Amino acid sequence: MKAAIVDWGPYLVLILVGFVPNEVWRLVGLLTARGLSEDSQLVVWSLTVATALLAGVIAKLILFSSGELAGIPVGVRIGAAGCALAAYFAANRSVFVGVFAGEAALLIGDLIFAA
Amino acid sequence: MSASRTFHSSSAAYFAGVKSALLSVYVLVLAGTYIGMGALTHDVGLSPPWLAVSTMLVWAAPAQLILISAAGSGGGLLEVALAVTLSATRLFPMVVALLPLLRGVATRLRDMLLPAHFTSISMWIESLRLLPQLEREHRIPFCNGLSTGYMGTAVVFGFVGYYLAAGLPPLLAGVLLFLTPMSFFLSTVNNARMLVDRLALSLGLALGPLLAYWQVQLDLMWTGFVGGSIAYAVHRIREAAQ
Repeated sequence: MKAAIVDWGPYLVLILVGFVPNEVWRLVGLLTARGLSEDSQLVVWSLTVATALLAGVIAKLILFSSGELAGIPVGVRIGAAGCALAAYFAANRSVFVGVFAGEAALLIGDLIFAA
Repeated sequence: MSASRTFHSSSAAYFAGVKSALLSVYVLVLAGTYIGMGALTHDVGLSPPWLAVSTMLVWAAPAQLILISAAGSGGGLLEVALAVTLSATRLFPMVVALLPLLRGVATRLRDMLLPAHFTSISMWIESLRLLPQLEREHRIPFCNGLSTGYMGTAVVFGFVGYYLAAGLPPLLAGVLLFLTPMSFFLSTVNNARMLVDRLALSLGLALGPLLAYWQVQLDLMWTGFVGGSIAYAVHRIREAAQ
């Protein structure tokens, strides 16, 4: 695509290959949601589908990490997620505390187990 | 929750949204994500303004990652467009679930264009949490403010990442990358107060990696469709039983 980017111009490629194929789903959603109320069954179902999909994204990011995160052992990543969840509940449902505890556990776990 | 929080004007609601964005954990998430994106943009030879425009137009980290890495590795434009559109299917149920929450009696379709464009994971999670507490007439400006706060953060840290480029030590880069799943994970747990949400969340956490491990095509789409539909069916059966 590098050659194509030079030929086509990076901004044209951005619009045709990035913006349009991505935005189309937002527009389809907008047109579908038109006239639907919050308690409509399609909206309730969409909410469960979006929640399950998001959970799938999260689990994949933790288990099949990419980039530099992949260099940290998968056991450490899962353990850190567990620590984050425990800290979140221990701190009376604080997302901030949970995220920081998870990051700290990841750092400590990597220092202990990666070597 | 009752509609309790109110504002003097639409612009007050907008700025309350910006403030709420800048004080949330997602500022860290977006900073981490877009520092990485900026470094990648530098490595493949695209320009910082190109990244800024792509953040504002595409506004979806997975699609941007596909686009930028394709510029580095090569690959046909059609294949890239297909990969982008597949990664974007998740936006459809998110928009359908969000927009009815934003709409008031006098809302026109074009008022919803901007919130629909702004729909992304962080904005979606925070909107579902915060909007029910607001008066209906202030929800759209608040949501636009929230989204501008997030998008502005992403654009700024894209530049930061570009100029830091390869200067990040690997462990720090790993810790930054871990911010995304951690904050999405805990925020989703935090938002899932009803059985139907908890069920959808648990099924997604289990199905996502399983389907990926079995190398099922479109694994995430199936995770959402199957996990979400099972949770929805259980919800309907329980409602009918009551």
